[in-house]
Amino acid sequence: MITKSFTIINPTGFHVRPTKTFVQTASQFPCKVNVINKGKKVNGKSSLSMLTLGIATGDEVTLEIDGEQEAEAMEALGKLLVEVHE
Amino acid sequence: MMNQLLKGIAASPGLAIAKAFVLKSEEYTPVQTTVGNPELEAERFMNAVNQARAELEQIRASTEEKLGAHEAQIFEGHLLILEDPDLIDVIVDRIKTESVNAEFALYEVSQSFIDMLNQMEDELLRGRAVDIQDVTGRVMNRLRGTDSGNLSQMTEPCIIIAEDLTPSDTAQLNLQAVQGFITEIGSRTSHSAIMARSLDIPAIVGAGAGIRNIQPGTMVVMDASEGVIVVDPGVDELAGYQEKKREYDRRKSVLAQWVNRTTASKDGKLVELAANIGKLEDVQKALDNGAEGIGLFRTEFLYMGRSQLPTEDEQFNSYKYVLEKMEGKPVVIRTLDIGGDKELPYMDLPKESNPFLGQRALRLCLDRPDLFRTQLRALLRASRYGNLKIMFPMIAVLDELLEAKRILQEEKQKLAAEGVELAERIEVGMMIEVPAAAISAHVFAKEVDFFSIGTNDLIQYTMAADRMNETVSYLYQPCHPSILLLIRMVIDAAKQEGKWVGMCGEMAGDETAIPLLLGMGLYEFSMSAGSILPARELIARLSQSEWSGLAEQALTMHGQQEIQAFVQNNKKGEQ
Repeated sequence: MITKSFTIINPTGFHVRPTKTFVQTASQFPCKVNVINKGKKVNGKSSLSMLTLGIATGDEVTLEIDGEQEAEAMEALGKLLVEVHE
Repeated sequence: MMNQLLKGIAASPGLAIAKAFVLKSEEYTPVQTTVGNPELEAERFMNAVNQARAELEQIRASTEEKLGAHEAQIFEGHLLILEDPDLIDVIVDRIKTESVNAEFALYEVSQSFIDMLNQMEDELLRGRAVDIQDVTGRVMNRLRGTDSGNLSQMTEPCIIIAEDLTPSDTAQLNLQAVQGFITEIGSRTSHSAIMARSLDIPAIVGAGAGIRNIQPGTMVVMDASEGVIVVDPGVDELAGYQEKKREYDRRKSVLAQWVNRTTASKDGKLVELAANIGKLEDVQKALDNGAEGIGLFRTEFLYMGRSQLPTEDEQFNSYKYVLEKMEGKPVVIRTLDIGGDKELPYMDLPKESNPFLGQRALRLCLDRPDLFRTQLRALLRASRYGNLKIMFPMIAVLDELLEAKRILQEEKQKLAAEGVELAERIEVGMMIEVPAAAISAHVFAKEVDFFSIGTNDLIQYTMAADRMNETVSYLYQPCHPSILLLIRMVIDAAKQEGKWVGMCGEMAGDETAIPLLLGMGLYEFSMSAGSILPARELIARLSQSEWSGLAEQALTMHGQQEIQAFVQNNKKGEQ
């Protein structure tokens, strides 16, 4: 299992559009993806659960990835977290 | 009810006058029952999900056709909800293990998400509860065989009155008939508000329970630019609003003609109209208003409202976003302007008795090279994604500029040594906001590619009048001869060296100042996005060569009032 933290700079936090891209990308990987924000941990392949994290600009979000292709998933998903989606 | 005035949140501007079409939303809470064959019940649920998916796919496609791929993404998000393991799998699981009816399981599980989102502090996220309601409501309708009523079938001109409109409702509005909509709840950031702005129809949201009393067919006036609703207006009032609507529509169509044009004076002199931005969201607004560039990108937002300095990568991503979005149009990014009225608690800067005259902006950056170098590296790395111009604020003496340029050059060389690709040419300029810099502009002109005059500070420092202090606000006089003379000195000094001059203060969008600035030879006018189209229309009516002479005359006058009256009189002749 690997974990890494990322700071969100997207101006509107991490809402429907970025979450959609994140979940679609996460779903392409066989490994288990957990997303942690402010102490709450949810399934990174569920857009609804992701929304309940209330990720806002400036939040530090941790990814906890376990299983096949975990390194590739970390790279792809980490990049999405720090990008500007508008 | 007669002649009632209601207020709501202006979500999408415009003015509409039409009869009310009241949309009633139905409350439905399913009762729990036990099913005999849970496997079959789960199958019935999945069938409803698949039907809902087919409907949504259709809405997505028609939205893409009408509004473009970007708006249609909302429905891709909705489609994703129908595949959400924490929703769909959990519901199927509950049906199978508890033998409950599909309606009840769907209601329970989706409601738990809606409740969670409704409790969030973030208004944007609370708004997302509507998305879940929209999607799960669609599945519920398929399960029950009910229909929410097809909004596309409205044929008479009307204003929709509803508790709330879901994104799919909004996407399906028949725009031939629907003149606007008013909702009881919602905010400027709800999806229906965002879509109203893309559809360019007036919308007022969050108008409160008062709108429940509006009877179907009542005449309604909605002035969505002000958030005002008039129910059943009197004859005179109605006539007044009809006149206002004609004027609004006329103005809008005139301005719409100016969006995609270049900016040129009557005698063919080309100038550039750019936008000032302070947030990433502002870029789209700049483009929508026909900006030919970004004349001032304030980078302070990256540093404010957080607990530590932004990293190089965070900054890089923001700059890259703006440069790419502007597609090669010039983007002037100002390095950090902190201090003065803007503080950063986490930097623990010493209290100054006179912060506007203290260590602000570049003065601070030169004292804190770590901070400055991080920003410059991020800027340089982003440079290859567009037309970047770097601008230093608050320079008073030449040494400050030379030191800033030296540090920039060092970072450039370091990045080149690291093999990072940079833009071939990056213009470097400075703000003119300190009178000392304006007076010695001829010295600076040799060392920069451009000047941008920051009038808010230039006026404050020239008049020695705090712009936050209302008792001396009468001294804020952009058209005072002292200010105009300084501006002309700067423009003349730049011309001598073949450099261009812009302006990024309020004054650049001031319709009285524009003729004088054009006459004096200002090249770039950077203003808030909403001022761009009126300015473009104005400049097209002005002759640059004529105003060159008129500006000279204005400079011999004694005060702002005299100059403003002189401009107004001569502008009239141009129409």
